[in-house]
Amino acid sequence: MPTLVSHPDEVKVISRRFGMGATDIDKYVELDGYKAVQNAIAEGPEWIINVMKASGMRGRGGAGFPTGLKWSFVPKQSEKPKYVLVNGDESEPGTCKDHVIFLHDPHAVIEGTMIAGLAIGSKLGFIYLRGEYRYLLKIMEKAVADAYAKGFLGKNIFGTGVDFDIITQSGAGAYEVGEESALMESLEGKRGVPRIKPPFPAVVGLYGGPTVINNAETIAAVPHILLMGGEAFAKLGSERNGGTRLFGISGHVERPGVYELPMGYSLRKAIYDVAGGVKGGKKLKAVVPGGSSCPVLTADEIDVGLDFDQMGKAGTMLGSGGIVVLDETVSIVEFALRTISFYQHESCGWCIPCREGTDWIKKTLTRVHAGGGSKKDVDNVQYLAENMLGRTFCPLGDAAAMPTLGFVKKFRKEFEDYIDGKKAGTPIITVDQLVGAH
Amino acid sequence: MSTIANTIFSPEMAARFDKLVTIYPVRRSALVPMLLYAQDDLGYVSDAAVAEIALRIEILELDVRNVLSYYSMLRTKPAGKYNVQVCTNISCMLRGGYEILDHCKHKLGIGHKEVTPDGVFSLEEVECIGACCWAPAMQINYDFHDDLTPEKVDVLFQMYKDGQGKDVK
Amino acid sequence: MPDVTFTVDGNKLTAPAGTLLIEACKSAGIEIPAFCYYPGLSLQAACRMCVVRIEKMPKLQTACTTPVAEGMVVQTETPEIAQARKATLQLLLGNHPLDCPVCDAGGECELQDMTFKYGAADSFYAEPKNHREEQKWSPVVYFDRPRCILCYRCVRMCGEGMDVFALGIQNRGSSSVIAPNVPAQMSPDDLAHVDCEQCGMCIDACPVGALTSGTYRYKTRPWEMNHVATVCTHCGDGCKTTLGVRSTSDGAEIVRGDNRDKSGINGDFLCNKGRYAFDFANSPDRITQPLVRNSSGVLLPVSWEQALEHVGKKLRELRDTRGGKSIGVVGGNRLTNEEAYLLQKFARTVLQTNNIDHHRTADYVSFAQALAGTTGKAASQRDIEKSPAIFIIGGDPTNQNPLTAWNLRSNVRLNKARIYIANTEEIKLRRNAKAFLHVAPFGYSALADLMSGDDSTLESLVQPGTNKQVALDFRAALRAEEEVVVLIGSELRGGDLKKVIEFGTKLPGRKFALLSDYVNSRGAADMGLLPDMLPGYTPITAGSNLATEYNIATEPGLDMLEIFDAAGKGELSALYVVGANPVARFGVDPAALRNTFVVVQEMFLTETAALADVILPAANLYEKSGSVTNSYGDLQQVNKAGDRAGVRTDFEMIVRIADKMGANMRALVPFGKGLHADMGQTRGAQSGEADRHAVWLTANNLEPRLSPFDPMAILDEINRLVPGYSLLRLQLLSGNDQHLSPAAPSDLVQITNRRDLVLPANDGLFTSGTLGRYSAMLADLQQNAASRTAAAEQTAAD
Repeated sequence: MPTLVSHPDEVKVISRRFGMGATDIDKYVELDGYKAVQNAIAEGPEWIINVMKASGMRGRGGAGFPTGLKWSFVPKQSEKPKYVLVNGDESEPGTCKDHVIFLHDPHAVIEGTMIAGLAIGSKLGFIYLRGEYRYLLKIMEKAVADAYAKGFLGKNIFGTGVDFDIITQSGAGAYEVGEESALMESLEGKRGVPRIKPPFPAVVGLYGGPTVINNAETIAAVPHILLMGGEAFAKLGSERNGGTRLFGISGHVERPGVYELPMGYSLRKAIYDVAGGVKGGKKLKAVVPGGSSCPVLTADEIDVGLDFDQMGKAGTMLGSGGIVVLDETVSIVEFALRTISFYQHESCGWCIPCREGTDWIKKTLTRVHAGGGSKKDVDNVQYLAENMLGRTFCPLGDAAAMPTLGFVKKFRKEFEDYIDGKKAGTPIITVDQLVGAH
Repeated sequence: MSTIANTIFSPEMAARFDKLVTIYPVRRSALVPMLLYAQDDLGYVSDAAVAEIALRIEILELDVRNVLSYYSMLRTKPAGKYNVQVCTNISCMLRGGYEILDHCKHKLGIGHKEVTPDGVFSLEEVECIGACCWAPAMQINYDFHDDLTPEKVDVLFQMYKDGQGKDVK
Repeated sequence: MPDVTFTVDGNKLTAPAGTLLIEACKSAGIEIPAFCYYPGLSLQAACRMCVVRIEKMPKLQTACTTPVAEGMVVQTETPEIAQARKATLQLLLGNHPLDCPVCDAGGECELQDMTFKYGAADSFYAEPKNHREEQKWSPVVYFDRPRCILCYRCVRMCGEGMDVFALGIQNRGSSSVIAPNVPAQMSPDDLAHVDCEQCGMCIDACPVGALTSGTYRYKTRPWEMNHVATVCTHCGDGCKTTLGVRSTSDGAEIVRGDNRDKSGINGDFLCNKGRYAFDFANSPDRITQPLVRNSSGVLLPVSWEQALEHVGKKLRELRDTRGGKSIGVVGGNRLTNEEAYLLQKFARTVLQTNNIDHHRTADYVSFAQALAGTTGKAASQRDIEKSPAIFIIGGDPTNQNPLTAWNLRSNVRLNKARIYIANTEEIKLRRNAKAFLHVAPFGYSALADLMSGDDSTLESLVQPGTNKQVALDFRAALRAEEEVVVLIGSELRGGDLKKVIEFGTKLPGRKFALLSDYVNSRGAADMGLLPDMLPGYTPITAGSNLATEYNIATEPGLDMLEIFDAAGKGELSALYVVGANPVARFGVDPAALRNTFVVVQEMFLTETAALADVILPAANLYEKSGSVTNSYGDLQQVNKAGDRAGVRTDFEMIVRIADKMGANMRALVPFGKGLHADMGQTRGAQSGEADRHAVWLTANNLEPRLSPFDPMAILDEINRLVPGYSLLRLQLLSGNDQHLSPAAPSDLVQITNRRDLVLPANDGLFTSGTLGRYSAMLADLQQNAASRTAAAEQTAAD
């Protein structure tokens, strides 16, 4: 069971009820649960969207799109039913924040889904969890059943005449399904391959109906935002980056864990204060700041605020808030290889640059790591990554190319050391994996 | 009573599937979870399961196979009773994920996607399972085990062998 | 959609809003490369080859998914774009086997062409390529996985285009693979197979050599063939097929059929018969020498001169001694219009008999009579692709008229056309239909009543136990349609057929077509291979230009069955069969022909040929020139592709027999007209050479018609005398189809109570009348289909 951690610098909004038994619906109600949704019913869609706009909430899945704005894109009138989708296909390496939300506060997800539904005029929401999260799906299923039993879900919720239903759904193992349109495909019983955009989900989404799809953390934050007010939430964070978010700090730190910190909080402090510094007093080598797709920061690049804009300026991304800390002993070549291996395994295969590009980078790095590299291999890897960047069907190609470019550009010498025979790794990728998982 | 005559699934699962196809706006939405639940029931997605699921969802068997082969948790060959899935992705790797994997290989005497001769365990190296802050981690079937050490793995294996492991489904 | 103006590579272009950029560019002559994009199929944006730079967009955009918009500024060939395409090609080539020297697609490969253009020749990789063995998915479809670039054209062609869905995409990432619907472990031979209609459309759609044809693979190189566009001989749809031909020691062998150039009435479509079943022409069983039965009853080879002399002499003798009325003539459904016309003219004016018929596969006489006096009421095959509504009565286009079925599906998919089907069988097309009326067995007569507004027979129309309101609703929905093509199967004949059409002609916006079975079934009827009708459905009993010019008896002759009845009674002195097998088709007792002099022009020793006194080895449709008319009345040109030493065209044989009989050749074939020149046509009028001269000559109004063997001379006469066949010669010669609607002259007395002699062939996907059995490939496909069915039944039993 994931251990709960705590630090004085934390500002607990989303994690307010963690560890307080809020999986129990009565406990959740006692802790101000299902108040926000009743306010929302009373105040109406425009009010909800205005609060969300004022909150400065930006999508916690990684892209950081303003949530209120996203909701406002859904057409008011629609021939087809509208849907709310909660993306709990948390799969970005280094990320386990939604894991703790489902574990500790499932009703917040339900309540957030209902509010999103009210905002856009939808009567049906789906909560999609990755297949590996079966025990969390059980928790969610029970929470939904309890909410139905209380009359919080279904017909005439809270006696207000409003109807809202929620279906929980399991994935079956595919990182790509975390991409919003791929998730819709998966939810429609198809291969998790993204769709052509435009049209965007807000106009043509699930079953062809207008759809809002949000990350589970975004959704879980919604009831809190409505209760505290948009401005109050915004004020917790930094400029144009409202509120707090859950940061998962993992890797070589003393106290790994999921911490809720204000947006704009210092990355250095997150590592050295909140997470207790580099494990065993070793030197910091690098940080992958927001899940494995974010370009690496070197030890002297960590004086940066953890929000979408500051991280962007620093040449990387805030991503999913999964901060992975690497100490001085880590081989960047090995780390880069493990990263690209993941994207190679998870590429859906739809478009050529991603399908073939991830495969060739992986093959080349495998050889370099095993000591069989040649001088031009580093350039080739860089060439491949540069030619994937911005050219693929969906962001997965970028997610593979960006960290690769970061590693090769910032740690080029390490790759060259492998090639020159100054360093050699033990092969970590087995031959059967090379041939392909299937 | 299942809507499908001669179902290959357990009565509980068949009843669950009967309901599953009715809850969505579109029948086919039941496909991905149904495949996973079928696997829970049978140990893998057999050809017979593909055929019955195609009937239940009212799509071609080819469509079922197209989807089935896409998702990495789904398998078409039996795994062990306890499928040990060791994460070696970055956060786990940094905290000894590969040592855990090697230890499992050594301990079970099998490699990636292999099954022990007694059929009790199978082993798989998997991608990130969302337990990064509690690394290194693994799942045995659906049950998470984190902050692993080789010693903890030994205890776990013994527990499962003795039939005391959890079996979340 | 209103037009928008946008700029591509500095050129101001205009196109309707919503047009895809790639198509708008194509119309303006700007080529944007693409693998996955295929017009008419769903969009993929998967290959990333069509990326272009659009102003104000942060990334390169795919031209195949971007609709043009007002003011859009686009660059299609900048260094940045070329580099993106080059990099994509380099990635593809990384695992591509580069076995171009032996690959079927070599020389016709889109990957080759693009690699050539973008120069992606350098290789970066030290790793071995992924190799997989080729797979035989069916007798006609082979899959070479390493060559596959995953453009998904085949998957879409099979699913969206053919409504078969036999191909899927399995696994993911770099393990992704195109997979057929019978996986190896489900197959008795442990190999993956495709259980489908075997159309081979996936092969045509494949931009590389990943899918190859069982009949063509590893046989030759594209540049070693001549490519001749002609019309498929099998069903009545009239698809153009491009035959790849190469020389052999005894002629020219056809090695490939396809329609990759998307020309002709069939667009991109071709079914398995058009694609593979040309192989009968190369059969070793073909008769290549004239055979004459000797006194002891044995067929012996003789010279052409001897055979023709014998036939001419004998026919003349029998005509003069026992009268023309003692001679019967049976023509075929795969003759050209010119041959069919010449045959009936020869019968009527030289043999002096109206005893002429053919195997009728649809009641075109009633069809023409019902449309008499109307204009613009006959539908073209082209109407099927664009009419907003189509009503199909009877028939099963999927199996019997595959192009019609393709056009119907395309029309539904691309134009949201509405299809209404009334059929006694639950035909596959109902899956694409808006409404399906399941007609009770033998219920077509009642259906005709219903359509004409007579509800008294409703009881026998609908399936037992069905609410009759269904039928009334069906009719109401149809009547509400403003524009409908009524597509009629051969089940409707005579009075029923007329009832449906005559009522329909009173409604505005109705057009009609009657489906038949073979390439020129319609032409055979149009050209008067009938005992009671002259060409153009002119009743023989009425005075007409034709009758006057022919100076023939106005008494109808014997029909098909009467001819054989007469033979049985010993009243038939001679039977002349041209390209038909009536003995098998109509179950004729061989003894009936014991005392009849039988001459058969045939390719093979059919049941009819086996009874002949003289067999003259005939060329088939792929070995001759002329024209044919499809079920709809669309006329197209037939071009000589193959050749076999020793055989002659039916046209030539008829002319030579007439000559041997002492007929006036200039009266039979109006050739010459004072022009005497060789014009370099030393290879004879039947060769492809002559046609090329003819194009120029015709354009200059100098068409030569230099010899009695020139079908053009007969086409002249058809043009002049056959009602409805006023065709445009240049349209024909330039390879375009033209729609004709020969209607019976309305002012002439119509014969009622004609005998129903229509015998539908009921061919399926893998049969084609007598011809089918001489196609090894069709035999293979039948066996393959049977084994699939057996395997499926076995599985079901398990």
